[in-house]
Amino acid sequence: MKSDLLRFADWTDPVPPAEREVVSITEETDAARPPLLFVPGLGHGAWAFAEHWLPAAAARGFAAHALTPRPGSDLRVQVHDVVQVAASLPRQTVLIGHGAGALVVAYAMGRYPAKAAVLAAPVMDGWPTLGAALRANPFGTLPAMVGGRLRLSRKQLFSPELPEERARELLGRIDARPRRELVTHDPAPRPVGGPPVLVVGSPDDRVVPRTSLDRTATRYGGAPLLFPGMGHDLMLDVAWAEPIEAVLDWLGKELKS
Amino acid sequence: MRLGFWQYRRVPDTPDIVDRKDVADRHDAVCVIGAGASGLAAIKNLREHGFEVDCYERETSVGGAWNWRHDRSPVYAGTHLISSRPLTEFPDFPMPDSWPDYPDHQRVLSYLERYSRHFNLESDVWFGTEVVSVVPVGDGRWDVTTQSTGGGSSRVQRYAGVVVANGHNWAPLKPKIPGEFSGQLIHSAKFKDPAQLRKRKVLVIGGGNTGCDIAVEAAQQASTVWHSTRRGYWYAPKYVLGHPADQVNDRMLKLGLPLRLRQWIYRRTLALTTGDLTRYGLPAPDHRPYESHPIVNSQLPYYLGHGRIQPVPDVTEFDGASAVLADGRRIEPELVITATGYRPRFEFLAPELLDIGENGRPDLHLHTFARQHPTLAVVGLVQADFGLFPLAHWQSVAVARWMRLRVTDPERATAVQQKESTRPIASWSRRRVVPTSRHWFEVDHADYLRAVEGLLREMEPSK
Repeated sequence: MKSDLLRFADWTDPVPPAEREVVSITEETDAARPPLLFVPGLGHGAWAFAEHWLPAAAARGFAAHALTPRPGSDLRVQVHDVVQVAASLPRQTVLIGHGAGALVVAYAMGRYPAKAAVLAAPVMDGWPTLGAALRANPFGTLPAMVGGRLRLSRKQLFSPELPEERARELLGRIDARPRRELVTHDPAPRPVGGPPVLVVGSPDDRVVPRTSLDRTATRYGGAPLLFPGMGHDLMLDVAWAEPIEAVLDWLGKELKS
Repeated sequence: MRLGFWQYRRVPDTPDIVDRKDVADRHDAVCVIGAGASGLAAIKNLREHGFEVDCYERETSVGGAWNWRHDRSPVYAGTHLISSRPLTEFPDFPMPDSWPDYPDHQRVLSYLERYSRHFNLESDVWFGTEVVSVVPVGDGRWDVTTQSTGGGSSRVQRYAGVVVANGHNWAPLKPKIPGEFSGQLIHSAKFKDPAQLRKRKVLVIGGGNTGCDIAVEAAQQASTVWHSTRRGYWYAPKYVLGHPADQVNDRMLKLGLPLRLRQWIYRRTLALTTGDLTRYGLPAPDHRPYESHPIVNSQLPYYLGHGRIQPVPDVTEFDGASAVLADGRRIEPELVITATGYRPRFEFLAPELLDIGENGRPDLHLHTFARQHPTLAVVGLVQADFGLFPLAHWQSVAVARWMRLRVTDPERATAVQQKESTRPIASWSRRRVVPTSRHWFEVDHADYLRAVEGLLREMEPSK
């Protein structure tokens, strides 16, 4: 069994430091509320949250931060970066991961006692996700399996209501280079400190199958909060306001109790 | 050697204590004594296991030994970590990765202050409050008497558990050297500022990390430096092959190399880096590598080689202005600094509660759990080839999980207790060490953490 206590990888080969891109909105936020740290998934950067979710969270009084993953980094490095940024914030932080970023958050929860965590459209179990991707977008997915770029399609990420031009613009910003470990990784560790965890997603997500959403939510002792009609990119799709408002409502309730 | 772990000896309820009206009952709350690194970790981990916590701190701020403002802090201006950053940080709250390999004491204090603020630990700390006594009142409960530091009226509160985190580097252990010394004689605890050394003739007594660091500091400031050590040690450099030495050492542990092979590699590495120190007049080590607390100092051999530090043997007596050495020589220092370490002290506890022997050594399971009082534990009373914070963290996780299990599942707690009583001491405590009080709590970090992890797994919440 892998040891939680003997962390030889960190002791003998520490992750080297790097400049991390963190986009933050902290003006006029409530110091009594915990900071939120958004972690984007494959091919996305902090920009994906800076569009809508960061301002929406700040408007409700939460200091909001989003981290861009280091280019070319593996899961261990991404987890390291999330924990580094979380620990650098003044208060115990809420981690919010989207897509493969939710997997990073799930791992980070094993290393840092988050105040709470939200897994949005989480890409948690690799094989079902790979199957779904091959069904929804075979020609975009196959090259990635042999080390090429993953070309995500419009119907995987967005609902049909998103204007064509906007969808094209967003797809142009996404540069997804998945690593093998996205499929082959070990199950995420047990979270330290027992934080409340919320799973949100869409039954119409063409990246994360509904069964996978249920499985993830069960693992963290709940049921997924669903937003029918939305694509995988909950924070960019036309109805982006609904999931973030629901997440902030949930946070408000959890933090009070 | 005692194997029994938590052999229950029920303390009879003394009615005059139990029925006291002035005792405020804190019910299931746990009392933590001290808000240094270990105490802070204890607050955090007890809270995460659902306990209410009251922490008492005699000073007015957190940081314990690492806070130079505190009376009892042993920190001096040049203090820095001996173990490197990744082996010293709390496992769930890393130091910034942009920090140097060996941060200094100001960074370490700022780290502890940030840890405390980040998890809002200070809200459970009663500052300026000393614990005067801790008395068992039966049923695993404790009456804790506190009072304002330096006097004032006292107050008694009853707790479901007590975690002692009062540190073990504050009560100076002073050597008994016969004779009168007419110069200035201080313990390293009172050494704060390199200006104390400037242009003086200085004798530093003690070959531990502090003694070596002060000798090096003196080599840069003083006019003459003598360094007196009783025995030879293995002086490891801070860097080997371009990496912090402890990180390289852990590579050998990661590969699972046997102790004998590691000892051989250690000797070879030292021969190739530090070289043979007997050439400068230091005694050869009288023990194998890994049999004493590691001394890590790259600069000591450098200043020995430059003649700035003159190694001398034990000081046998003082005679007016001079110190008489074991080889009969006499030297005339103006300032003598005894870097002879510290003793653990628990004035607020009756010695038998921690099974403290006549020599002053507590006998605790995993250096943590009182053997006969399942709701009494000590956190941070351990010495390793590793940072203390991670060890104190995991100790306090184990304590919190144990105290929780006792409440939620007493049957399983009893089973855990029985299983633990069969854990051989040699599996977690380093047995082959130089037999001095300095090595009372010496452990090998990998063996020790394996043992703590074993205990944690037994207490894992069932899914």
